[in-house]
Amino acid sequence: MDFEKLTALQLAEKIKQNQISVLDGVKQVFDQIQKNEPKLHAYLDIYKKDAYARAKQVEKGIADGTYTGLLAGVPIAIKDNICIKGKKTTCASKILENFIPQYDAEVIKRLDSAGLIIIGKTNMDEFAMGSTTETSAYGVTRNPWNPEHVPGGSSGGSCAAVASGEAYLALGSDTGGSIRQPSSYCGITGIKPTYGTVSRYGLIAYASSLDQIGPVGKDTADCAALLEIIAGHDRKDSTSIERQDLDFFKSLNGSVAGMKFGVPKEYLSEGLEPDVKDAFMETLKTLTRQGAIVEFFSMKTTEYMIPAYYIIASAEASSNLERFDGVKYGYRGADYEGLHDMYKKTRTEGFGEEVKRRIMLGSFVLSSGYYDAYYQKALKTKALIKKEFDQAFRKYDVLLAPAAPYTAPKIGESLKNPLAMYLGDIYTVAVNLCGLPGITVPCGIDQGGLPIGVQMIGECFMEKKILRAAKCYEMARGAFPSPWKEAKEYETI
Amino acid sequence: MKQYEAVIGLEVHVELATKTKIFCGCSTEFGGAPNTHTCPVCTGMPGSLPVLNKKVVEFALKAGIAANCKVSRYCKFDRKNYFYPDNPQNYQISQLYLPICRNGWVEIETSAGKKKVRIHEMHMEEDAGKLIHDEWEDCSLVDYNRSGVPLIEIVSEPDMENAEEVIAYLEKLRCMMQYLGVSDCKLQEGSMRADVNLSVREAGTRAMGTRTEMKNLNSFKAIARAIEGERERQIELLETGRAVMQETRRWDDNKESSYTMRSKEDAKDYRYFPDPDLPPIHISEAWINDVCASIPELREEKQERYQKKYGLPAYDAGLLTESRALSELFEETAKVCGNAKKAANWFMGEVLRLMKEKSLEPEQLRFSPGHLADLILMVEKKEVSAQNAKRVFERVFEEDIDPVAYIEEQGMKIVEDTSLLNDVLNRILDENPGPFSELLGGKEKVFGFFVGKLMKELRGKASPDTVREALAKEIVKRS
Repeated sequence: MDFEKLTALQLAEKIKQNQISVLDGVKQVFDQIQKNEPKLHAYLDIYKKDAYARAKQVEKGIADGTYTGLLAGVPIAIKDNICIKGKKTTCASKILENFIPQYDAEVIKRLDSAGLIIIGKTNMDEFAMGSTTETSAYGVTRNPWNPEHVPGGSSGGSCAAVASGEAYLALGSDTGGSIRQPSSYCGITGIKPTYGTVSRYGLIAYASSLDQIGPVGKDTADCAALLEIIAGHDRKDSTSIERQDLDFFKSLNGSVAGMKFGVPKEYLSEGLEPDVKDAFMETLKTLTRQGAIVEFFSMKTTEYMIPAYYIIASAEASSNLERFDGVKYGYRGADYEGLHDMYKKTRTEGFGEEVKRRIMLGSFVLSSGYYDAYYQKALKTKALIKKEFDQAFRKYDVLLAPAAPYTAPKIGESLKNPLAMYLGDIYTVAVNLCGLPGITVPCGIDQGGLPIGVQMIGECFMEKKILRAAKCYEMARGAFPSPWKEAKEYETI
Repeated sequence: MKQYEAVIGLEVHVELATKTKIFCGCSTEFGGAPNTHTCPVCTGMPGSLPVLNKKVVEFALKAGIAANCKVSRYCKFDRKNYFYPDNPQNYQISQLYLPICRNGWVEIETSAGKKKVRIHEMHMEEDAGKLIHDEWEDCSLVDYNRSGVPLIEIVSEPDMENAEEVIAYLEKLRCMMQYLGVSDCKLQEGSMRADVNLSVREAGTRAMGTRTEMKNLNSFKAIARAIEGERERQIELLETGRAVMQETRRWDDNKESSYTMRSKEDAKDYRYFPDPDLPPIHISEAWINDVCASIPELREEKQERYQKKYGLPAYDAGLLTESRALSELFEETAKVCGNAKKAANWFMGEVLRLMKEKSLEPEQLRFSPGHLADLILMVEKKEVSAQNAKRVFERVFEEDIDPVAYIEEQGMKIVEDTSLLNDVLNRILDENPGPFSELLGGKEKVFGFFVGKLMKELRGKASPDTVREALAKEIVKRS
């Protein structure tokens, strides 16, 4: 059987019909890992033994009716900033090199009770800070479409794993685009849910007011099914929201005919690569052909999105990362004299450059005398951006944007100029600032053979609208190739 | 020398008596083996998140409302960032921008009379863990049992002038918190802690001098000594033409002196900002009303009621209401025996005497008010002599014995048995012809001798009055 073509839902269906065993699904993933991993390095830790043992359990559980969910028996990869009890959870940082959580993140519990099989922890930018997965302390992950290129970030490991068949599904986290951008770079689908939809309990925080865990999968249906499993109110997370409309999978029916799509004009100005722009414009046409109404409008706060995001995210990060001090767990600097020297050595040696840069930036904008000028102003800017999005959603059902201004850069290029790298987040950060849901769906391939993604953004709690739009678009677009197949076979739309 | 006056403001930390911590379900119980009352949240584990204990808000509201504060209908938690190992996250969740209560006051009474001390604000925050320095092993250990125990910080305006006022203010707060049931305010266990901000200025001037903050004050006595010491230190500086530096000082009560902890230059920048993990709290009118309704009768009202309703002197009413525990015992006793005045006498006399003798706090009293009431009733009915009753009460006080049964057992119950009394009386007079003739001869002292002898023989089964009466009759008869 040609496993590689199967989506997670198809695999689960075949398992249910006894056409494939749970064990076979897991084995196929490990085969793929064995084949690709030396080149890709999508994983930081692989639980082969545990996964097989769990597969047997789940096999039984499906047979006896314990696991009846849509994705029971499906192997899944977890970004390494999500805690799993008894498993090293490093955030791809040296400072957490030996940290083993004593508890499961809420999402892990949900995956367990839905009968999914966790196969390992994926690489990421250190503490989710970065757009390329190059800031990992444990080596770079390569893009399955072209190993010279980055997979994007910060959930680069999760996206590379799904794109290369090293996992059917993965969990990522998205603080400023960390699911949507690498999904785009890897030619797969990823969702950043409405803030508060998925519990953050057990997600090691980068910027608490922006972080959301979300699904990464081969297509919209897989992502919708996975989101349905992980979403839901959790008392352990005070920012978690009680929602009744979590039946995302069912919402995939319907068409986009008559749906109104808005495109911020400013998103298409300078900096957008021609290939990406072409693919994006083509996407608009595809949607129009399906009966959607597509309009351009002006988003005047566009130029303030990046600065507001980096100030707020860095401020929260500077505080969230204070607990990594060498006292209680994780790395502790050697040869220190006294407490302060221990703090200094631990944090100097334990954190990477990008993390230190953001801690410094964040500490600066919160310090007395600068709080009003930077942090407070960024909050006010955020409120203005939110207001502009609210206004847009009075007119449009869904907003469309590229996922990134360019396709996956070459390894080694981005970190030379961090500011330029930050600017690459222009289409994704506002979604986090405003708590909105967003999905990335592949929409084309550039001349270099790298995938391009389109982003669909909804109003808060309107996941169903963007899911329906994404699903309709996918169907109109037709099958999208996988990197392990000859990408050339695919004709750009 | 010029005349100086001190200007003093207080920051008081009060540990709230909730069963669980402010942001997790761990127990707040004092003591316990190190790190046994902990979880991922209060040890700052990565990925853990705080969830606010609503009881903490309720307790803070109670304290604020009782101290005449204005309640912030919308309040938030902020993070106070600083590195120290007793603080597992390296930030403390506190309130800076929108504290729960503001602008209140309490009235204090000192030898100079009554005075209002204004309260600037009250805010909620979490306590830190405890560092233990092991000299032997040359290492430091952290116990996070206290980490996350809820506190309110009560910040006063600089309205106090001397140690007497400060102690009166602290005692006022302590009494109020205990009455409200929001804290036990034990200084020795650290459930009430005070930092003193003090400056001096020439008497009669209005401009404020440079102030210092004094920490590590573990008892009322230490506070009083520290205030005196700091006042003198600052005056000495000014008198010798030197300046007071704005700084934080640490009081060493053994040496009875303070030393600089950190100067203004080293003042920490706490980089406060709203905690993104905790949504703002909206305090509804209904919630405030519920809290108002739950506030019990406080000391001042009780004092007034005791004077009016029970007719107690102001002094007695004051002592009986000094603690909620004592006043509750008293009221229950008064209710059962139906005689508040008599109950008050017992408390003012025996209860306070025994408490002092055995150095017990009102919270440590273990006797049932019903037992004391029974005893009071027996004395009233002349079923036991006052002297015996006091002795019996010592056992009630210590072991909470049932006094009725005990008196019966010990044969202390007065039974007005006239035939027994007459028999004994006649026998004793017959056995002691010498003293009796002295008595008849007018030696009145011997009357007491016979009463004593009779009482001893009767072992309390007749009241002294009855015995005296019977003896007097017999003298007349025989003379």
